[in-house]
Amino acid sequence: MTVPNLVGAGLIVIGAGIGLGQIGRGAMEGIARQPEATGKIQTAMIIIAALLEGLAFGSLFLGK
Amino acid sequence: MPIFAKILTKSPLLKGAQMKSRNLFLKTLFFSLALAFSSTSLWATDPVKSDEPTHEELADQSVSTEEQISEYIAHHIKDAHDFHLFSYNDASGHRNHIGFPLPVIVYTSQGVRFFMSSEFHHDDSGHQVVESDGVSLAKYHEKIYELNAEEQALSFDEAHHPTNAHEVIDLSITKSVFGFLMVSLLMLIAFRSLAKQYKKRAVPTGFGRVLEPLVVYVRDEIARPNIGEKHYKKFTGFLLTVFFFIWTSNLLGLTPLGFNITGQLSVTFSLALFTYIITQFSANKDYWKHIFWMPGVPVLMKVILAPIELLGTLTKPFSLMIRLFANISAGHIVVMSLLSLAIIMKGSMGASGATILALGLSFFLTLIELLVAFLQAYIFTMLSALFIGMAVQEHEHH
Repeated sequence: MTVPNLVGAGLIVIGAGIGLGQIGRGAMEGIARQPEATGKIQTAMIIIAALLEGLAFGSLFLGK
Repeated sequence: MPIFAKILTKSPLLKGAQMKSRNLFLKTLFFSLALAFSSTSLWATDPVKSDEPTHEELADQSVSTEEQISEYIAHHIKDAHDFHLFSYNDASGHRNHIGFPLPVIVYTSQGVRFFMSSEFHHDDSGHQVVESDGVSLAKYHEKIYELNAEEQALSFDEAHHPTNAHEVIDLSITKSVFGFLMVSLLMLIAFRSLAKQYKKRAVPTGFGRVLEPLVVYVRDEIARPNIGEKHYKKFTGFLLTVFFFIWTSNLLGLTPLGFNITGQLSVTFSLALFTYIITQFSANKDYWKHIFWMPGVPVLMKVILAPIELLGTLTKPFSLMIRLFANISAGHIVVMSLLSLAIIMKGSMGASGATILALGLSFFLTLIELLVAFLQAYIFTMLSALFIGMAVQEHEHH
């Protein structure tokens, strides 16, 4: 792995980390506000997190 | 895992006969674990001896430096032509490999050739040449090359590409194919017996009690809400197959057998291809209209959106493929890296301390991997259902 590759991988992980944090925060706040909607919020959270993860892994894979 | 807990508490079956079925579940779990370990030791008593000239080269193959460890991990992640469980050096310094050979089926320029992978004698460097009916074959980095006519040994250029050989069409029963067939067989047995029971009674017994809530969960929580009441029945079969196949393969990857089925790009590619084909072929008129001529936007925008939307249909299965592959591969790499801490830290912590550290860390990571095994199966199924749902739903015309 060359240095630009490693820097790129780091940037991807930073971006994905911020994104996952935002998703988690949103879900947490939603659950705190409406505990009865926990199941629905969790499902939506997992889907969005999976889409983000797919994007992050995809770019890591392409940059390998 | 809240989702999992929900399944277990929600199921009417488990409420009715909770104690009994819980005992049964534990019994089944115990027996399947016992089976997995007994089969490991059974195979281990059948060592593949390699008493051939290549033995001297293989004599010093112990894994001790960091380079050797990363090479070993990279080798584990890849598919293999023989089933290798572990290796050890005996008292006389010989390297013994424990495992069993698998059949190699290759389509060469002279036609189809069939032999057992033991003929390569665990060689993966291209040195061991197998003569099979006028064709010379060598294995290099788990790829089988056919040597050109009159050539005796593989030669390589600077980039380690063979110069005097070409690749063959490899249809071998590799380790992953073997695991694939094993999972299929397990699923066939489990679900055949479950399906048969409904002919006699409404409530299944035995292992079926573990499977039924999961089947109902996939149908009611994944297929029905995402695809819609009208069409979901047609796709439930596919979603159930995908869900249980991925989950079982992921769990098989956590056993000491060393499978990495869903960590193979070709496997996840075919799974994603199924989702792609099913989505495109069950799509209705509205779906295609929204791709090629998006209603409700200016004409210029329609022209710009069409290629983007068309590309979008391809990126969806692509991300399905990459996600599953990367998650499972990454999990295997991290577990193995933590295990090899026992070797790396031996100098500074002593053998027993390093072993305890490595075992403790990898134990907790394996528990997380158990969760990931379920989660990835769930996500793949969920997103497949979502994509299919997008294609079949009826839009309200504004």
